[in-house]
Amino acid sequence: MALSGLDIYKLLPKTNCKECGFATCLAFAMQLAKKAVTIDKCPYLSKEAKKILEESSLPAIRLVAIGSQENKLEVGNETVLFRHEEKFHHPCGLGFIIDDSLDNTEIKNRLTQISKLEFERVGQKLNPNLIAIRQKGIAKRFLEVINLVLKNSVLNLVLISDDVSGLQQALEICKDKKPLIYHTGAENFTQVSQIARDAQCPLVVYSASLDKLSDLTAKLNKEGVTDLILDTGKKSISEKVWDLTQIRRAALKKSDRTLGYPVLTIVENKDPYQEVIEAATYITKYAGIVLIEGTRDWQALALLTLRQNIYTDPQKPLQIEPKVYPVGQTTDKSPLLVTTNFSLSYYTVLGEVEASKIPSYILSVDTEGMSVLTAWAAEKFTPEKISDSLSKSGAKDMVSHKRIIIPGYVAVISGDLEDRSGWQVIVGPKEAAGIPSFLKNL
Amino acid sequence: MAKELIIEKWSNMVSVVEIGATKSEGGSRSGVIKVGGQGTLPCLFKEGAMPNKPVIASEVWDTAPSDWPDGPVSWAEKCLKENKADLVCLRLQGAHPDLGNKSPEEEAKLLKDFLKNIDLPMIIIGCGDDAKDNLILPACCQIARQEKCLIGSAVSDNYKTITAAALADGHSIIAESPIDINIAKQLNILISDMGLALNRIVINPTIGALGYGLEYAYSIMERARLAALAGDKTVASPFICFVGQEAWRVKEAKAGSLEQGIVWEAITATALIQAGADILVMRHAKAIEEVKKYIDKLWS
Repeated sequence: MALSGLDIYKLLPKTNCKECGFATCLAFAMQLAKKAVTIDKCPYLSKEAKKILEESSLPAIRLVAIGSQENKLEVGNETVLFRHEEKFHHPCGLGFIIDDSLDNTEIKNRLTQISKLEFERVGQKLNPNLIAIRQKGIAKRFLEVINLVLKNSVLNLVLISDDVSGLQQALEICKDKKPLIYHTGAENFTQVSQIARDAQCPLVVYSASLDKLSDLTAKLNKEGVTDLILDTGKKSISEKVWDLTQIRRAALKKSDRTLGYPVLTIVENKDPYQEVIEAATYITKYAGIVLIEGTRDWQALALLTLRQNIYTDPQKPLQIEPKVYPVGQTTDKSPLLVTTNFSLSYYTVLGEVEASKIPSYILSVDTEGMSVLTAWAAEKFTPEKISDSLSKSGAKDMVSHKRIIIPGYVAVISGDLEDRSGWQVIVGPKEAAGIPSFLKNL
Repeated sequence: MAKELIIEKWSNMVSVVEIGATKSEGGSRSGVIKVGGQGTLPCLFKEGAMPNKPVIASEVWDTAPSDWPDGPVSWAEKCLKENKADLVCLRLQGAHPDLGNKSPEEEAKLLKDFLKNIDLPMIIIGCGDDAKDNLILPACCQIARQEKCLIGSAVSDNYKTITAAALADGHSIIAESPIDINIAKQLNILISDMGLALNRIVINPTIGALGYGLEYAYSIMERARLAALAGDKTVASPFICFVGQEAWRVKEAKAGSLEQGIVWEAITATALIQAGADILVMRHAKAIEEVKKYIDKLWS
């Protein structure tokens, strides 16, 4: 956990030698706390103090990468328990488990299906991240399936196997892809952890008990195996939520580094709805990786959309491109409504316009993602701004009339907007819910 | 080395709101639904009390689909036979000046029929037009006297008439705020100042569907619930979320496959349960079934 300036000051030599470039050790400590300078600027720091300071600058939850280069998935480095406190930083990885006991045709079908799971929502591309291959039989088959997946998918890999030699041979094929290694057996775990370390691949640490997990990660850390992901195994959904919460709290509130790792959850439920519901629960409650089996497009779209929602920065609202959006079979007689480019404002207006069944245009004005009233107060939704986007968006070429409907909450700008834009301003309802009846009576 | 569990010591609980009155309590409902009472965050059973499961209300309207000849009561009966909802939410949409403009007398008579034929605890929602709601809701409150319904929605600039009616006829009230914790708090104070006890108020935080602002409601609910557990009694009310209404108007639900629509409603509900939702007003029978299965699993 981050130390305060005063905590750091206590560890410094307190000689005010100025060699760090600051007038006093206290001033230097304050800058260190803000992470504005690095500790190596102090030449007289004791070894012990250096160790404490270096540790305190590490993230409370380790950032772990699966895969290599730009395609890699990074999870962890989370800083809060609730997204409103700051934000959730690294969207959890979504992956699909493929058992090597399936026949090749079925595996190919699934891979084809998975490759189609790419969606675009509010300007962001959404896609799953992982394929987890699970060894059920002999190593030869495991390797065959890995090769099949490598040939047919670009996603990052998880290798699930309790067969040490199977894992070893698998890594010879794909260690460049830095797969996540998952081996639940306790007997040969030390050996597996060394294999993972030598191949520089991340490793899942598995135990149903948090105490044991913590002991294991402490031991592994000493052995230099540090890229770890935790799993507490098969439990009921509420027990999983409890584990996920305890692990997150331990890392953030108690600075417990032995539990400061991302957590993986596996959902095994043949009922496609219950599978998605369970996976959704873990996405909201701190999972770093969620593995499922179902590859239906509606399952993936719902989960990826939820992940996008939960990992949106609450301070930086999602924005849409400011322009004119036609809704329905519009003509040049269709009404033109104006709102902001805050995605929630826009989509609320869009929903109501669609519900009205009256084809219309919506002009979204660039308010830097602020909602109507906030943008108006911050002078981002002013007569100048609106008339500016009226002319720049090409609205006048889309409609033959010159009438614009503004949100009821900014009725006060109507006179000014008319003068400035030359358009006739009609004051619409205050709430979007009033749009359907408003449009019908227009 | 055994680790100490990290248990938060919350100082307050969500209030318990009862909906429905049985014969022995002067009503005619088949049971009483209790919501709220949590002493911790969702699902953390090892930390605090979670005495009441979230419940699902099936949303029905005061008008039947045009191809259903037998009227809204029989349509609602059909719906309730198909889904296993805990209670019923009657939306008096047809009273809206643009959508039928039914009179208070018509709505009261319809409600009387509902109460006679359907014995689940009831939520009664106005049409959304303030002036009209102030006419129909008091009439309905009176007809449903002693049935301990949940009436909505009271909003900041229109709560007095509805609160007075609920107060007079023994109902509880839905206080609706636009994704804003301060307005929710203020409205609860205004309503309780009129004499309606805080344990007769349910907060409608106004939600967005999955992909359409869900995260705003999610975080507002988390914040309000954290404040409630930390001691703020004025936001310690159960939440009601109109999941069906929001989920079924988005493109993914309307234009996608039926499964996609169902999952859209179900996942909106799932996320909100994890944010603290107590009453989920839903529409599709399959979505209701799946979310109910989930709730039962969580509480088993």
